[in-house]
Amino acid sequence: MKDTPLANCERDFLLKAIEEKKRLDGRQTYDYRKIKITFGTDYGCCFVDLGRTRVMAQVSCELVAPKENRPNEGIMFFNIELSPMASPAFEQGRQSELSVKLNRQLERCLRNSKCIDTESLCVVSGEKVWQIRVDVHMLNHDGNLMDAASIAAITALCHFRRPDVAIQGDEVTVFSPEERDPIPLSIYHMPISVSFSFFQQGTYLLVDPCEREERVMDGLLMIAMNKHREICSIQSSGGIMLLKDQVMRCSKIASVKVSEITELIGKALENDKKARKAGGRCGFAESIPQERITALKMEESPVEMMDVTERANDIVQKAEAPPQTVPSPVVPVPGVGQVGQGLQNTWGLEDDDEEEEEEEENGNRGEEQEGKASKMEKYEKEESRGGDVVEISDSEEEEVVILHPETSDKAPVNTGSRSSSHQKGAAKSKKK
Amino acid sequence: MEVCGSSNVSLREFGCEQSLLSRPDGSASFIQGDTSVLAGVYGPAEVKVSKEIYDRATLEVLIQPKVGLPSVRERSQEQCVRETCEASLLLSLHPRSSLTLILQVLHDDGSLLSCALNAACMALMDAGLPMSCLFCGVTCAIDTDGQIITDPTAAQEKESRALMTFAIDSTERRVLMSSTKGSFTVHELQQCIAVSQKASEKIFQFYRDSVRRRYSKTLE
Repeated sequence: MKDTPLANCERDFLLKAIEEKKRLDGRQTYDYRKIKITFGTDYGCCFVDLGRTRVMAQVSCELVAPKENRPNEGIMFFNIELSPMASPAFEQGRQSELSVKLNRQLERCLRNSKCIDTESLCVVSGEKVWQIRVDVHMLNHDGNLMDAASIAAITALCHFRRPDVAIQGDEVTVFSPEERDPIPLSIYHMPISVSFSFFQQGTYLLVDPCEREERVMDGLLMIAMNKHREICSIQSSGGIMLLKDQVMRCSKIASVKVSEITELIGKALENDKKARKAGGRCGFAESIPQERITALKMEESPVEMMDVTERANDIVQKAEAPPQTVPSPVVPVPGVGQVGQGLQNTWGLEDDDEEEEEEEENGNRGEEQEGKASKMEKYEKEESRGGDVVEISDSEEEEVVILHPETSDKAPVNTGSRSSSHQKGAAKSKKK
Repeated sequence: MEVCGSSNVSLREFGCEQSLLSRPDGSASFIQGDTSVLAGVYGPAEVKVSKEIYDRATLEVLIQPKVGLPSVRERSQEQCVRETCEASLLLSLHPRSSLTLILQVLHDDGSLLSCALNAACMALMDAGLPMSCLFCGVTCAIDTDGQIITDPTAAQEKESRALMTFAIDSTERRVLMSSTKGSFTVHELQQCIAVSQKASEKIFQFYRDSVRRRYSKTLE
C-alpha cells in the first residue's frame, strides 16, 4: 500500500510555520515530544512512546560459536523491523532503504561505540559465546524512528538478564531462571541518538521531527552521544552542507537532551526493579491506561460448565448416524482386491488412462480406509521382492482383502510398476 | 486458567484497548492474562494489481513474532486468522481493494492464537469495517487426566495432551475455525466446543461492554 501523499499546500503551510518558529504540535524548536518507557513481562522487553511514535525492543540471547577472528568476544546482532503496522508504506520482508539506514545507524550507535562488554559474553573461548540479539519493532510511525529505536534498544539491553552458566571441564550448563538468578549485561555507557532536521538549506533547525516535518525537511543530522558528552556517531543525510558552528550547536543541544533521556531511562529501570521486587504484576498488561474510554479490563471469570458434558453427549449421540452412510466394504467381484476397497469411487470416473491420478486416488482412498492401504503396500513390496502370494493370503489380517486368484499367476513377475498397473486394472474392473 | 473438574473452568482476566495507534485505520491491543497481542488494520485501500480480486476485497493477515522473522508457525496462524476474518467480514462490499491486518505478538503466555483472534476482531471493529458477525477465539487444553482447561497458560499448554483453538461467531455461536493439536476423542472435541461456546459468551459480553464504554459519551 502506498503512503498518503503530502499536498503542496500542506507542504507550504508546514514550511511557513517553521519559518515563523511554530510547530504543528505547539512545541518549541528544541523540545522533545513526551517520552514514555514501559517494560514487558519478561526481561529485555521495552516499549518506548515518543509522542505518537511507538517502538518495541526485545533482547534475546543464544549460545553460538564465535567469529573466527574474535574467539573470545560475544556477538551483538541488531535487527530493526519496519513492520507494516507502523506505516502502510512499509512492506514486510523487504529491505527498504530506510530500514538499512536505520539498522546501520543503530549498529554504529550501539555496537561500534563498544558500550557493551562483549568479552564478558564469552563462555568457552573459541567455542561458545553468547549472541545477543536485539529486535526492534516499529509499531507506529510518527517521525523520528531512530531516536525511539535507540532509546528502546539501549533500555532493553539494560533491562535484559541472560541465564547463568557454569563450566565444568568441557560441559557447559545453562541454568534456568528458577535455578540461578539471571545476570545482567555489563554496559559501560548508554549512547542515545538525537535527531535534528534542517529546513531551507540549513536555515532552520528542529529537534525531534514528527512525521510531517520529516516529509518536508531538507536534511537530517543524527548525533549519538552518551551522558559523558562523548560522541559515538554522527550521521548527516539529505545532502545539505552544514557549517562547523551548526554542528557544534547541535552537539551542545544533543548533550543536554541525552542527559535528560539517560536520567529518564535510569528512573524507568529503577521503578521496574522496585515493582519486580515487590512481586506485583508488571509488564504490558499492567500498562493499559484504565482511565481511558477506549480501554476496558475484565477480571478473571469462571465459565459455566454445568451442562457441557450432557450437551457433548447429545451431539455425539446425534452424530452417530453419519458413519452408517459410508458404504460397508464390498468386494465387487469375488477374488478381486484393491486398495481402499468397498468405498464408492468418485475420483476416477472419467479418466482411466492416467496412471498418476490412479495412484493418487489409491492413496486417498487408502487414507479413508485407515491405514489398510499401508498394509497393502507392504504386501506389494513383498510381492515385488518375489514373495509368495499364497502365503500372504493366509495372513491373519482379517480386514485386508488379499488379491487371490488373479494375482497368483501374475505375482512371480511382479515389479513395483507392475503392481501399480495391476491396481489400475482392479480399479477399472470395479467400475464395470 | 484454573484446573478443575467439570464444575468450574475460567478465563484469565482480560483487557483491551482500542485505537491506541495513530497510523492504522483501526488498532487494538488484547490481553489475556500475560499473553498480549497488538493488532492494526489498514483499509479498505488501493490494492496491488497482482492481488486484486474483482468482486471482493483482498484480505492480508501478517503475524509478527517477537523475536526473529516470521516462520512456518506464524504462516499457519496467519491462515487461521485470515480464514476466520474472511468468514465474518463482508468483503464483497469493497471490491478491488485491500485490507491489511497486522498482528504483533507482545508477549506469549499461552492461548496465543485465541488472543490474536480477539485482537483482530477488536481492531476490525475499531476500523469500522462491515461484518456479518463478530468472532472470538477460545483455546481449550485437555490435560493428562482428561480435564478441560480453558485459556491455558504456556506451562499448562506444555503439559496438556491436546490443544484446541476455536473461533466462534457471535450470532449463533457456531464454530468458524478450529485448529487442534494432539489426540482426543470425538466426545472430548464436542465437550471442548461446548465449553468454548459457553466461554465465548463472556468474551462477547466483554466486547459489548467495551464498545458501550467507548461510545458512552457520544450516545448521551
